[in-house]
Amino acid sequence: MNETIHVSSSPHVRSKVTTRYIMYLVIIALLPATVFGVYNFGARALLTIVITVASSVLTEYIFEKCMHRTITIQDGSAALTGLLLALNLPATVPWWMGILGGVFAILVVKQLFGGLGQNFMNPALGARCFLLISFTSMMTNFEYHGESAATPLAALKAGEVVNTKDMLLGFTAGTIGETSAIALLIGAIILLWFGIIDIVIPGLYILTFVIFISLFGGHGFDPAFITAHLCGGGLMLGAWFMATDYVTSPITPKGKIIFGILLGILTGLFRLFGSSAEGVSYAIIISNIIVPIIDKYTIPRAFGKQKEKKGGAKV
Amino acid sequence: MNKYAERIYNGIIKENPSTVMILGMCPTLATTTTLINGVGMGLSTTVVLVLANVVISLLRKVIPDEVRIPAFIVVIASLVTVVDFLMQGYFPALSQSLGVYIPLIVVNCIILGRAEAYASKHSVGLSFFDGLGMGIGFTLALMILGGIRELFGSGTLAGVQVMPSAYTPISIFVLQPGAFFVLGCLIAIMTKIMNRKKKTKAVEAATVCPSSGCTGCASSSHCGRRIFEETAKAGLKDQVKKTETMTNGGEQA
Repeated sequence: MNETIHVSSSPHVRSKVTTRYIMYLVIIALLPATVFGVYNFGARALLTIVITVASSVLTEYIFEKCMHRTITIQDGSAALTGLLLALNLPATVPWWMGILGGVFAILVVKQLFGGLGQNFMNPALGARCFLLISFTSMMTNFEYHGESAATPLAALKAGEVVNTKDMLLGFTAGTIGETSAIALLIGAIILLWFGIIDIVIPGLYILTFVIFISLFGGHGFDPAFITAHLCGGGLMLGAWFMATDYVTSPITPKGKIIFGILLGILTGLFRLFGSSAEGVSYAIIISNIIVPIIDKYTIPRAFGKQKEKKGGAKV
Repeated sequence: MNKYAERIYNGIIKENPSTVMILGMCPTLATTTTLINGVGMGLSTTVVLVLANVVISLLRKVIPDEVRIPAFIVVIASLVTVVDFLMQGYFPALSQSLGVYIPLIVVNCIILGRAEAYASKHSVGLSFFDGLGMGIGFTLALMILGGIRELFGSGTLAGVQVMPSAYTPISIFVLQPGAFFVLGCLIAIMTKIMNRKKKTKAVEAATVCPSSGCTGCASSSHCGRRIFEETAKAGLKDQVKKTETMTNGGEQA
């Protein structure tokens, strides 16, 4: 009599969608950008990716082993965190920085708060910001074809003319995974096709950002300028792959709208008026922190429940 | 442990102001960028804390209850002013790097807290040792915090290069987030140690056993002593026998 019989009331909803399925699908969706990153930046990018992923998975394994928790490395979430972090790093970072980033993402941001589903901000972005604050010069030192080069966004901020076609395809300097807007969009289409992500957050994020840039960018509605801003920096990677993280984005329909708009405004604000050219990661982690408040105030009205009447309001 | 030593122990371990009571967070987080700064801040707070405790304990029967808080503040502020001037005179570099946090000792809640909770109710001697214990506890916490942050954030300790030259300083440690990281880890370690102590104490308390054996004992779940296990087993056997005879008797009837 060792078998446990679970009894629950009907209807019994069954779904084949598991955490593992979602995580591996997101990893597959990231492959075009990863492959392009390796092609664009060479073997060094591949090394950074491998180190960061290995460090994340190993940290998760060791921590869970030490704390006598269920080992969750096979669900792919740690590997995905590592991959996202690696795509957010320049290819030139030293090897130990990948290890440090992976350890920070998993240990501090994810496991100390209770593991998958409990982290209050995106682990990969948390680690990226940690590295960015700690090693600013190394994290903003971009090389392209062996020469140090400015990212298109930095050039744009300095008032230079950028080649939007190269930015769209990805033949520019930047972090490993952010350069090719096309590769990232292919991944985004895969995610949308399989219903892994909802268009609301990234759609409103990008829309709000475009409106903000046109209003305050000083160029009006200039398609070239807007395209450069959309394809440059981490906007595509952030909007499609990191702002849509289930754990750190709102679950209510209204909350998602607020979240998307907030992201767009913050990113625009940081990019146009901040001291640094890029602002996607900070915008996302600041919005991540506000998510519990957004969720709290946007709980939808239950069906059949009436609004509290204020002077004979409509039912 | 006599009552004076108990006060010191209380301040350093049991009720450590930084890691157990989480008091005085403003100087704890803001000034501990280096070892020297942490120790300097801790020691100047200790001086004010000890003197304030003594003076307030001396005046505890004179100060009317209704105006005790303003009276405490006046005493503390006078002492802080003295310390501030002394530091400016004798340690100008340290005074400069601690900046506004020295005058801000006036509003440090550890000092007002000890005055209100302890010194205004206890004798001068006890209050002195209470202030000393709390001050040492605070200084130690700030020293450890400052040491760790300086070691990882700039690779030095008290201004001397400690880490090998290949080490790249993790500058987040000397920035504000680093203060929170290190303090959080320190509190976690301290809580772990305290919890372990509590468990051993619970076992010690169980040495006096009730005559009925472990079955009637409240601490039987975490006692784990063999002698008592045996008596417990014997007691259990007795009980089993009793119930058996009872049920057998019932069937026969």
